Amino acid sequence: MSDRPICELTPGPDDEPWFAATARGVLLLRHCDDCGELHFPPRPICPHCFSDRTAFRESSGSGTIYSFSILRRVAVPYCIAYVTLDEGPTMLSNIVDCPFDRIAIGQRVRVVFRDSANGLKVPMFAPG
Amino acid sequence: MRGASVIGVGMIPFGKYPDRTLADLGWPAVVAALKDAGVAPGQIEAAYCGTALGGMMAGQRVLGRIGLTGIPVTNIENACSSSSTALRQAVMAVRAGVHDMVLVIGVEKLTKFGGGTLPLEEEDWEVRHGLSMPALYAMRAQRYMHEFGATAADLAAVSVKNRANGVHNPDAQMRSAVSLEEVLASRMIAEPFTLLQCCPTGDGAAAIVVCADAVAARFRSDPVRVIASDLTSGRFMPGFRDMTTPEITVRGAAEAYEEAGVGPGDIDVAEIHDAFSIAELLYYEAFGMCGRGEAAALLASGATAIGGRVAFNPSGGLLAKGHPVGATGAAQVVEVVRQLRGQCGARQQPDAKVGLTHATGGGISGFDHGACSIHIFAR
Ligand SMILES: [Zn+2]
Repeated sequence: MSDRPICELTPGPDDEPWFAATARGVLLLRHCDDCGELHFPPRPICPHCFSDRTAFRESSGSGTIYSFSILRRVAVPYCIAYVTLDEGPTMLSNIVDCPFDRIAIGQRVRVVFRDSANGLKVPMFAPG
Repeated sequence: MRGASVIGVGMIPFGKYPDRTLADLGWPAVVAALKDAGVAPGQIEAAYCGTALGGMMAGQRVLGRIGLTGIPVTNIENACSSSSTALRQAVMAVRAGVHDMVLVIGVEKLTKFGGGTLPLEEEDWEVRHGLSMPALYAMRAQRYMHEFGATAADLAAVSVKNRANGVHNPDAQMRSAVSLEEVLASRMIAEPFTLLQCCPTGDGAAAIVVCADAVAARFRSDPVRVIASDLTSGRFMPGFRDMTTPEITVRGAAEAYEEAGVGPGDIDVAEIHDAFSIAELLYYEAFGMCGRGEAAALLASGATAIGGRVAFNPSGGLLAKGHPVGATGAAQVVEVVRQLRGQCGARQQPDAKVGLTHATGGGISGFDHGACSIHIFAR
């Protein structure tokens, strides 16, 4: 149940505020001021309605495991999962801080942050 | 609108050819298809070449080897749907009256990557977070098992059926049968998939000669008509995603059935995208062969075996025949055309009249899949 090493990440021009938030331990979603929908990963144009009136919004960081698998045929086995956040969007992430045999669909999880190779904070999820 | 027919098909056996170039994989398939059609190279008016990872000018590299040059060549990348997308371009050109006789090529050399899972585009958010094709299908499987009570043995039964079909296909990469116990006991790759529930990687090539219906009879007495040629792309789903139903295939299947004027009950033989065991079960449901959650029971009934109501993957499918990504769609067409001609020997679906091919793929954030191309054929 060790962690998957996270490669060096290069933030795009729109990602700076997002990584600034993860450095503070906050997960940001993107909200559309026209249609009111949230989306993830954040992008400048709302994927629901094409509006450019979008803004970051804080997630509670809580969610539920929608599905998961343990990737075994890699240098460091890891648990990949889709987590449905309480706010609605489903995000791909990894489940950490938990023995593989204790991970289940429907389990409640909370966001935690792990360092990439170049020190950026990346959201992952742990039971709780 | 004019109709299009397939009059020639050819392929090389899928497998590992590390010492052959992409061009040398491709040209023997083209020669086989031309001979099958009874068409001379000079009669080909245009070519469409699908490859996902073959690099620039794949079509010209292949055709240059046999002197089939100076015609319009269009190279097409659409992940696992590359050569089925190429077929659609060919069919559209014939239907539109732009060309009477065209060539489709699918070619791929995966051994150049040294094995393992398909390299995905690393600029994608989900790929950077550890997504791979086995991981994506594995999460579909886990959720499907959770919602519908399917078991590990239900999934493994797909591999048993398709590997048994591959025994009778000289073009298949895996030609040995496997038992349920062997599938379940093979090495764990990504829960719930063991090794024998993942398609092998390898190299391959396939080619198809497509012509206008009006000229088909000059070349063969048994042309196979293209009655649906569908392409769609995934819908971005930024919110909740239901991984137990492949939305892109559900939509594509409805479009293809409408275009062809047939329904699920009319299909005799289907080559569908069984990259992993769960996929074939999901696609039984997506193509309307059974209701939601009923796929394992349909498989167990024998309805999708050779000789059943609709033979799924009589070639052995991706699980046995192999999956050289860009070549897969064209190779599916090779099998269905041979089935409709009655040329398949021990793996022949009796009296097959209507056949279907389905190639879908591409792992990107927020999509079920990036691309999906479905064709329906009739004799
Ligand atoms: Zn919007």
